Amino acid sequence: MMEGLSPEEWAAVRLSLKVAFVAMAASLIPGIAIAFLLERGRFWGRQALDVLVHLPLVLPPVVVGWFLLVGFGRRGPIGAFLAEHFGIVFSFRWTGAALACAIMGFPLLVRAIRLSIAAVDRKLEDAAGTLGAHPAWVFGVVTLPLILPGIIAGMVLSFAKAMGEFGATITFVSSIPGETQTIPSAIYAYTQVPGGEGGAMRLTLVSIVISIAALWLSEWLARRVRRRVHA
Amino acid sequence: MVLDVGIKHEQGAFALQASFQSDGKLTALFGPSGSGKTTIVNAIGGLVRPDHGRIVVQGRVLVDTKKNILVPKHRRRIGTVFQEGRLFPHLNVRHNLLFGRWFTPSSERKASFDHVVDLLGISHLLDRRPSTLSGGEKQRVAIGRALLADPQLLLMDEPLASLDEARKAEIYPYIERLRDESGVPIVLVSHSVAEIARLATSVVVLSEGKVVASGPAAEVLRHTHYFAQSGLTEAGALIEAQVSGHDAAYDLTVLQARAGTLSVPRLPHPIGTSLRVRLRARDIILSLKAPEGLSALNVLPGFISSIDEAEGASVDVQLDCGGDPVVARVTRKSVEELGLKPGLAVHAIIKSIAFDPEALGVAGRENM
Repeated sequence: MMEGLSPEEWAAVRLSLKVAFVAMAASLIPGIAIAFLLERGRFWGRQALDVLVHLPLVLPPVVVGWFLLVGFGRRGPIGAFLAEHFGIVFSFRWTGAALACAIMGFPLLVRAIRLSIAAVDRKLEDAAGTLGAHPAWVFGVVTLPLILPGIIAGMVLSFAKAMGEFGATITFVSSIPGETQTIPSAIYAYTQVPGGEGGAMRLTLVSIVISIAALWLSEWLARRVRRRVHA
Repeated sequence: MVLDVGIKHEQGAFALQASFQSDGKLTALFGPSGSGKTTIVNAIGGLVRPDHGRIVVQGRVLVDTKKNILVPKHRRRIGTVFQEGRLFPHLNVRHNLLFGRWFTPSSERKASFDHVVDLLGISHLLDRRPSTLSGGEKQRVAIGRALLADPQLLLMDEPLASLDEARKAEIYPYIERLRDESGVPIVLVSHSVAEIARLATSVVVLSEGKVVASGPAAEVLRHTHYFAQSGLTEAGALIEAQVSGHDAAYDLTVLQARAGTLSVPRLPHPIGTSLRVRLRARDIILSLKAPEGLSALNVLPGFISSIDEAEGASVDVQLDCGGDPVVARVTRKSVEELGLKPGLAVHAIIKSIAFDPEALGVAGRENM
């Protein structure tokens, strides 16, 4: 059982890391922007946006996957448009897995960042303004450093969610070894064939190791940042 | 004119309608809480947009609602020291101090870092984090941070309100030096008469959103009825005096004012120091003849210059003692029985321990 990972298993691990990392990185800036809009914005439709962002948290993942399939598939309105004008294809590609993971992790990312924005003392931003800082600078040198712990927490949640995402991914992009088969879908595939227990066990162990490492890294980062920001 | 304000602003049930001008080095906005002091300061600093009006600082129009002028706060160059300091928790003291400097055009950087750090006595704190500073240290750093942005006006919104008496006493001398040496005019919000008596050169008194008095500090502070909300006992005369000697045997310090000599409990200031002394109206007794056999040490001869309008049982009698204005608060009955009237020669009697030590400030030249 402990004879090491097979090439297919390695491919699943690499793919999972790549998908999770890309999903997290790509949703970071939109996540910060949406968190700001929801926390500070006063506009018509804010409630609706709030609900929309939180939907993936409450909907069955399969439903989200199906929506993606309909919207971002080759014949879907968005998918067809992106493929035609930008050459970006999501369906049955690893990019599609990343999109599914990003959307499933988005509410977690936004919530964590939004909480930290709510905790920022806006009087500090006013003070920075009276010292001559343009609002864009105030954001960069006061607000952003102060919400950094929340951003890190959100990134870890988004990454962890992406590592574990299964339902939306398998519905949207299926489970093609080497292209869209992430660790969870590979484990599921192993459990469906006789004699697959060894592979399932090995990938499960890898999954645990990655999760613990990510947690530990985020704790370490958060502690460093907190010390810088609040000490 | 340093400051010319004329604004109307409504905030819920509160209506502010204030206009005043000031040319003082340190203009105090005085009034009870809810009188509109902070709203005025925020309107000057750009944190509140007044509904109507005009704000001009050092000849520069910052707000003119008629002409649709509203300079955003980051272009106003108005330094603000807030009640809670508001230091940036993620920056050390040095970077907090230098924050405004990043945004000041290099041609306008006049304040010297070393000079400001020296003036405020914070050179030993530069590498510390704001969370490790005491309340008084935080406020000194906040003052330095505002100054180093080279403001055209420095607003101080009750900067000492959150500090205890000892910490306040630690900061007063720095504000006095700022007033006399920095060349930046200051607007100080305060609800302490003693604080104003010690620091202000001009006073604007606010009540329920309106200006009830404004003018030179010595002039405004003489009239008790402006200070009705803080207790009728708070008003008093502000006179300048020099330390002429110390009497070690009796633990007294002798001050020389134009009005005469005053003995007060021993002060730490060296001989020759110019002080501003507040003589509270309630602490002064009037006598028609030079008193004898009295324990009070201070007797200032003078004559009555005017008698204010009576309020209830008591009345303020304004005196001229050798050129120094002094005000005494006596009962209406005494006015009648003694036949007090303008021009009458009287003696003002003050107990030596009646001096308000909190209001005893070092006077810069021409700050009275």
